[in-house]
Amino acid sequence: MHFTDGMVPGDYLAYIRRKSLWIVAGVLLVILLFLVSISVGAVAIPLAEVIQTLSGQNISHKWDTIIWNIRLPQALTAIVAGAGLAAAGVAMQSILRNPLGSPFTLGISNAGAFGAAFSVIILGTGQMHSTVADAVTINNPYITTALAFIFCLLATVVILFISRIRGASPEVMVLTGVALSSLFTAGTMFLQYFASDAQLAAVVFWTFGDVSRANWNELALMTVIVVAAAIFFIWNRWNYNAIDAGDETAKGLGVNVERVRMTGMVIGALVTAVIVAFLGVIGFVGLVCPHMARRVIGDDQRYLIPASCVGGSILLLASDTAARLIVAPYVLPVAVLTAFMGAPVFIYLIIRGYRR
Amino acid sequence: MNLSVGELRFLYNNREVLHEVSCTIEPGQIVSVLGPNGVGKTTLLKCLNRILKPESGTIYLGEENLLGLRTMEIARRIGYVPQRVETGRLTAFDAVLLGRRPHIGWDITAKDLKIVDAAFHRLSMEHLRLCYIDEMSGGELQKIAIARALVQEPKILLLDEPTSNLDLKNQVEILAVIAGIVRQHDIAAVMTMHDLNQALRFSDRFIFLKGGTVHLFGTGDDVTPGIIEEVYGIPVIIGDLGGVRCIVPDHCCIDRSTIPACERTPYDKRRFIGPVAPVRPD
Repeated sequence: MHFTDGMVPGDYLAYIRRKSLWIVAGVLLVILLFLVSISVGAVAIPLAEVIQTLSGQNISHKWDTIIWNIRLPQALTAIVAGAGLAAAGVAMQSILRNPLGSPFTLGISNAGAFGAAFSVIILGTGQMHSTVADAVTINNPYITTALAFIFCLLATVVILFISRIRGASPEVMVLTGVALSSLFTAGTMFLQYFASDAQLAAVVFWTFGDVSRANWNELALMTVIVVAAAIFFIWNRWNYNAIDAGDETAKGLGVNVERVRMTGMVIGALVTAVIVAFLGVIGFVGLVCPHMARRVIGDDQRYLIPASCVGGSILLLASDTAARLIVAPYVLPVAVLTAFMGAPVFIYLIIRGYRR
Repeated sequence: MNLSVGELRFLYNNREVLHEVSCTIEPGQIVSVLGPNGVGKTTLLKCLNRILKPESGTIYLGEENLLGLRTMEIARRIGYVPQRVETGRLTAFDAVLLGRRPHIGWDITAKDLKIVDAAFHRLSMEHLRLCYIDEMSGGELQKIAIARALVQEPKILLLDEPTSNLDLKNQVEILAVIAGIVRQHDIAAVMTMHDLNQALRFSDRFIFLKGGTVHLFGTGDDVTPGIIEEVYGIPVIIGDLGGVRCIVPDHCCIDRSTIPACERTPYDKRRFIGPVAPVRPD
């Protein structure tokens, strides 16, 4: 069959261009927020000097120390983690055919929290100090991080195993995730009940996700994983579009639905595991940023995946900046603020409906 | 290019759903797969493009063994319109563009856009191009799904109950569209149907399934009240209504106590009312 009499439709190209412009605008907003985020905090640094310092000019030793050691890695971590969580969320919503899909639906972050609690309470890797600024420290962050990561992967392996024997259907995956989520939450509560005050505080502290926790090495590792995962998801964008149109349509288009579902879940879980292990539990971003992006540019995964990543970066960076300002000179962990910042915007978008 | 199906067997949970199904479908034909609920019509359709994997048997498209091809290669040869189509916040153009999936490498090209554009012209729905599919009617959605299968540039088009959930006007419109495409592009369409009258009107060949196997594979002339009673277990009358062959259930099988008293006409008078001249096998 040949359709040779068609033209490249101009109105469609214009429509597509508008979507791209939204993403470009989002990227510009990220850059702006990035500069603002570096300039504000307990010590305010003028924007011009932030730009000069970032471009390598030596303005003052103090600014150098603050920017290169503290604020720059923190801002970059917020951008990378926000994008990673949102990318995992948008992929899982498509794979699981469920608008409530997110890295948390599968119980992965609860598994990470359990791993951290296990490390702190059973292996004794955390305790409380009496200093005001950083009251709680994790004595051995590497063991805590490693255990959080291992338990994240353990949850993933369980879901994969069950999907393997029962077929990789969205229902099986979601229900298994909900069960695992409850199981790990119960396990964490059990451990907390027998913990000392200091250990309890350390566990709770760990659970509040915080982007200031990562050092340059951890940031580099997270960046590699998030970028690789984003490329993987974007590479699969047509497969996700096909699955969105229904499993049967997708199969009729030659898409190996089960395999796309399995691989997407493994990659999404891996991204989440890395972020949760290094930063703690950061809710809301993975669930809600994709929906925010949907309201603005629709469900086409070609644009939805990049837009969600950009949205995740914006939300986490803005939340982290606000978390530094609200009770200055104290600093709130960002996880406390993502929902405060995001929920009103999200509810507004739900009420307003889709952009025409 | 002929689609030849030979002794196809399909098991579901060790239960044999299809048993030695064989048929040959030629280009330019519309073939209706008919039979009662649960007889395996949809299963047969899904085996043809290997959404379901047959236990044994052969499927050849021309000289090519379809069961030996990768799924993406099958999708370049066979288009599939499922019974249920999911909507989303997508424009109709994007939804149809998805049909190019089996041909797309990293990204779409101008050629893909041109083919989709042509498909919209072919189905006379240019005005819907930038409408969102989650705001469309059932008839429009069905056309989108057909357009999506068409831009796969298939040799064979499979349609699972293309007219279910549609009103009468849309049913006729959709079937006319399918008939037009089949004739113009010399491809074959295989569709499962429940509406015997629409099937009779638009199809060239009929596959009646009974007990998981082909009870009859033939033309319209082979469709007799006897065959339909054997397959569906209900006696029917086939008559001529304004030059159109029609199938209706025979009166004797309707529990007359359920018909309101005011409409209850004596049996003998009822069956000859109107222009229906019954053709009885006896």
